[in-house]
Amino acid sequence: MEIKARQLRARDLLKGDLEGVDLDQYVEERVLTTTLERALNWARSNALWPATFGLACCAIEMMSMVGARYDTARFGAEVFRASPRQADMLILSGRVSIKMAPVVRRIYDQMLEPKWVIAMGACASSAGVFNNYALVQGADKFLPVDVHVPGCPPRPEALIHGILKLQRKVQDRPDLGWRTRYEAQGTEEWPHPNVGAAAETDIA
Amino acid sequence: MVGVSERTAGESVPELATGVVTEPVTAPQAPDGDLGPDRELLTVNFGPHHPATHGVLRLLVTLEGEVVRDMKPFVGYVHTGIEKSCEDKSYWKVIPLVERADYLAYHFNALVFCMAVERLLDEPVPPRAQYLRVIHCELNRIHSHLVWLGTSAMDLGAISVFWYCFRERDKVLDAFEASTGQRMHTRYIQVGGVAEDIPAGWDRRVLELVDDLEERVGQYEAMLDRNEIFLRRTKGVGIVDEQRLLELGVTGPLLRAAGNPFDLRKAAPYCSYEDFDFKIPVGTVGDCYDRYRVRVAEMRESCRIVRQAIEGLPEGPRITENRKVALPPRHELATSMEALIHHFKLVTEGFRVPPGEAYVAIEGPRGELGCFVVADGSAKPARVHFRDPSFVNLQALRDMTVDGYVADMIVNLAMLDPILGGIDR
Amino acid sequence: MPDPAGLELVAHELREQVPDAVEDTDYHRDVATLIIRPAGILDALRWLRDEPSQRYHFLASLHAADYLPAAPRFGVHYELLNLERVERLHVKAVLDDPGAPALPEIDSCVDLFPTAEFQEREAYDMFGIRFRGHPDLRRILMPDDYEGYPQRRDFPIGGEPVLFTHNEATTPRWWE
Repeated sequence: MEIKARQLRARDLLKGDLEGVDLDQYVEERVLTTTLERALNWARSNALWPATFGLACCAIEMMSMVGARYDTARFGAEVFRASPRQADMLILSGRVSIKMAPVVRRIYDQMLEPKWVIAMGACASSAGVFNNYALVQGADKFLPVDVHVPGCPPRPEALIHGILKLQRKVQDRPDLGWRTRYEAQGTEEWPHPNVGAAAETDIA
Repeated sequence: MVGVSERTAGESVPELATGVVTEPVTAPQAPDGDLGPDRELLTVNFGPHHPATHGVLRLLVTLEGEVVRDMKPFVGYVHTGIEKSCEDKSYWKVIPLVERADYLAYHFNALVFCMAVERLLDEPVPPRAQYLRVIHCELNRIHSHLVWLGTSAMDLGAISVFWYCFRERDKVLDAFEASTGQRMHTRYIQVGGVAEDIPAGWDRRVLELVDDLEERVGQYEAMLDRNEIFLRRTKGVGIVDEQRLLELGVTGPLLRAAGNPFDLRKAAPYCSYEDFDFKIPVGTVGDCYDRYRVRVAEMRESCRIVRQAIEGLPEGPRITENRKVALPPRHELATSMEALIHHFKLVTEGFRVPPGEAYVAIEGPRGELGCFVVADGSAKPARVHFRDPSFVNLQALRDMTVDGYVADMIVNLAMLDPILGGIDR
Repeated sequence: MPDPAGLELVAHELREQVPDAVEDTDYHRDVATLIIRPAGILDALRWLRDEPSQRYHFLASLHAADYLPAAPRFGVHYELLNLERVERLHVKAVLDDPGAPALPEIDSCVDLFPTAEFQEREAYDMFGIRFRGHPDLRRILMPDDYEGYPQRRDFPIGGEPVLFTHNEATTPRWWE
């Protein structure tokens, strides 16, 4: 009976017979209204494509997260893009040595806005067990990091929790102002003319 | 002395269902004399960030068309200063640090370090602890080979093998988590024995796991062994003869694929490996196909060892009774003053090792894993050095890839099984 | 492992073949060590590799150690293995530290054992020991322009001070 009633109302809507409050209620039940920004953020958060950046042991747990048991594909991180130009998210999994840091920064710069970084594991967040000459003491010394996932190595579920937290962050509050503090906008190789460091220069 | 067993299909090339016999493709040799204008050499950088390099390995490859004429590896992009950090910490605290070197063979790293320290202390390990160490190490070997197979097959294009291998790998990690509490880097192997005894029912669980694994390994073999694409990509590729491999210091599955049955578990048995009956798979030709077959067969042999170890697990303490080296059990701390003092001394300062140097080597998943410890009488080691098999095996990569195609270089790198954590330490 | 008597025999024969090479022998915890003078290291290694009764033709590991404050300061260790008999012989060459800009030197054994190529580079990178005759002696693990030899005992461990409540206010941070 309900289906019949809905069909009748739809027919009325198409004929232009629903007016006023009825129309509003009809639309509200069926159509999701939102601003474009929120829709974009929802789409971005549910399709975060990571760049393959496995450095050390955390990379193995990251691969295991992609595996069939802890499946990240169901959260939108479907494919790990090898090229940073095609990736949204950089999962820094492993210890960043001083020789590797410029390489990581370069890859980060080659990613296109919007981009986010997850520092996976203790070594990427804060050099972990290794307080010595060879490692950068935490990746956020040279990269803006959005989510730190603790663990050595973090369980795949912990990393998924980190990704979900990032998704919520992207959906709700994509920019917490630290990007301006770190001057991290416009860090691509050919920066956007209106954003960040390139805003002063005259790019035709 | 050494059990030489399975011969991989090197002599007779398998006849495939289509009746076509695959022949190894060889790249054209370097021309003598001057290179003309249309034969210039191009140097390409396979940078540290690359999907096919297993970890952060940088290769500078000089190409002539598709043929590799020269190759130089650059390492050090994940150098963690583990050896220097070890000098700053007491022996007990070195174990978690050292596990993170070759990050797929963490029990092996801990085992070789503990064996070196036990050699310097002249400390015997109880038989139950030895068997438990063997079980965990062989399960770790299976785990390492599963990750290798998954990532290598993925590099070659057989992506589905990746999912299957990682499913199996998760089961092995479940077993580790049940016995040690951690999936990776378990700090289970301690100086004098193992950290904890196995929980009830773990042995039954591992026996089921091992049965399951053997069946799955059969499935992987069914998928890849006679797969025409896999055969064409790996047969005849990357052949280095055994004498050259020995000159380069290569050990492990690479050497065994070339025909030399040297395996430290049989040649110089340590940690009660002499109690187990297992074979050493040996190849004939030494190409990438043989390396693949040797490692898969090693997985089966490891399953056998685990089964024998569990069925023959002796009773007894799981760590040495010497309170000067191993922590006393917690219930003793409430009743015995000496136990309390020992606990305090061990946790704050650690045990002291009399001065001396020792180099101990075991058979890791990639070859001879050695640890050199210099003790100066204090509670901290004066020097810890790891002879990592991947570091030495990497020198063979050049011999394998020169005068081969670029695509073969990817195959060679996959079958070499480098772990950059071990190379760079 | 050659037992103590075997080790003395090897040392005796080596003294006859290569005079002035052997400095000492040491047998500790089943490890047989031959201590060789750096000048004669190549001849000693060649003899150990080629002599039919020895045939230690596999160099399992080449590594260095810093024995500061003991003198002589550096030790270069060669871990030799005879694959047929499965016997290990540990050969050690001790080098003096010539003082700040000059580096301790020893002959490179890459011609005898090609496996030493990467391992000598690591010893050079970490300790600053120059191997004469090495085809390509440059840094392998540290960045190419790094100054200092990290694994020397007088090189600081580096890193940054750990922040606790008692030193949080006074420790300068990385941006200061």
